[in-house]
Amino acid sequence: MVFALLKHGLGFGRFERQLPAARDLKPSYDVVIIGGGGHGVATAYYLARDWGITNVAILEKGYLGGGNTGRNTTIIRSNYLTAEGVCFYDESLRLFRDLAGDLNINLMYAERGHLTLAHTDAAMRTSRWRAEVNKHLGVNSELIGRDEIRKLCPQLNLSEDVRYPILGALYHPPGAIVRHDAVAWGYARGAVERGAELHQLTEVTGILRENGCAIGVETTRGHVRAGKIIQCVAGSSSLLAEMAGFKLPIQTIPLQACVSQPIKPFLDPIIVSGSLHVYISQSARGELVMGASTDPYGVYQNRTTLEFKESLMAHILELFPQLAAVKVLRQWGGMADMTPDFSPIMGETPLGSYYIDAGWGTWGFKATPVCGKRNAEMLASGRVPDLLKPFVLDRFTRFALVGEKGAASVGH
Amino acid sequence: MKIMSCPLNGPRNISEFICGGEVRFEPDAQTCSDAEWAGYVFLRDNPAGLVREWWMHVPTAYWFIAERDTRTDEIIRTYPPHEIFAAPKRSGSAAPGVTV
Repeated sequence: MVFALLKHGLGFGRFERQLPAARDLKPSYDVVIIGGGGHGVATAYYLARDWGITNVAILEKGYLGGGNTGRNTTIIRSNYLTAEGVCFYDESLRLFRDLAGDLNINLMYAERGHLTLAHTDAAMRTSRWRAEVNKHLGVNSELIGRDEIRKLCPQLNLSEDVRYPILGALYHPPGAIVRHDAVAWGYARGAVERGAELHQLTEVTGILRENGCAIGVETTRGHVRAGKIIQCVAGSSSLLAEMAGFKLPIQTIPLQACVSQPIKPFLDPIIVSGSLHVYISQSARGELVMGASTDPYGVYQNRTTLEFKESLMAHILELFPQLAAVKVLRQWGGMADMTPDFSPIMGETPLGSYYIDAGWGTWGFKATPVCGKRNAEMLASGRVPDLLKPFVLDRFTRFALVGEKGAASVGH
Repeated sequence: MKIMSCPLNGPRNISEFICGGEVRFEPDAQTCSDAEWAGYVFLRDNPAGLVREWWMHVPTAYWFIAERDTRTDEIIRTYPPHEIFAAPKRSGSAAPGVTV
């Protein structure tokens, strides 16, 4: 160890770049992916690995994984409410299990178990409903009572002498946390190694159109022609769609999160409360990662607010009074693209050759692998995969919404 | 705490208000197409910049209009709804047949 440090310190070591240096944009690509977050780079990875399509450019206005991929609270689960949602997220969860090996990067994937607390009869009913839907579709979920909660998480304040006593919980053993930055880096490296290009600091400023089809993009580094285009830009989805000439049922609302100072391992399961708008888990380095619901109104900003922390901490301290002396270490916000039914918007758009991966609100990170895989299938085959069909933009014209009350930001 | 100026109650903490979404004009349900109606129900401009929204002061249940900049999180102007809805009928994007 000492010698290795010395060797690298003196500059004798061989350093491998994870990603190649920036180069010029080519005049045209088979596929242009707008957005270098998890969904974008995963799409490029599966296009190259599964379909041999490598003449691909990922255009990112900032840096790799700098948006919501690096701003979420890293929770992976598939205990949703609708059959469409459960099947979709469960494929993602299964892909996540083998992902570290596929990408040859340490994702620090840890199955901790996921507890969604219920404080009211209505929440108990929704939990039972979710457990039954999950079990029917082969997903491990169970409604458990206070005694079982106490065994799984003795740290939790199960006193009945609080404003919202805990009545039970939806227990989802496969619930996991995974290092989000590594997911973006691993997919990007895998895509670039196979020939795709990642262009950071390259902002798309317009969509070139001809006869109702997208034929390329204008960027801050010049024009690029493209066979097919897909936008994977989270909070900026409406802005990109406007460039492409259509509107979305999306509102961009900040979602805030924070972490505490690192403390000794204390909390194993992931604890969520829909009624209290809280989720909390402890990361491998000991920080408590905490989040709440979205902000009360829309802004295109990553700012944080005092009101958010006040309400979050009040609820956290009701669940874990012993954390009163623990300090908040970092706080941040991300721009979430919220849809009316808490489900994503995937697949085709009114513009030909232009596809969308949006509406990921507060539930996008856990879907990174399945989005990449199914987007790649869609771009390569030209057909919308069955798994994505319930989530097409057209559902709003048909009033066929997918009401996903299992989303984290939904109160019960 | 961010302060919003209510046209009825004056400056108040923003936690006393809820946002009711973009001001939109209802198409004539008898004559518009299904797609137009779906657009009215679901689609939003969601601009990065100036937005005109319905807001309500919760304790007094008073609805009004606020203009905000969503890039800077500034509240530009708040005013009673009759400023828009009593305006004479215009063509284009304006309200077809809206009265107070």
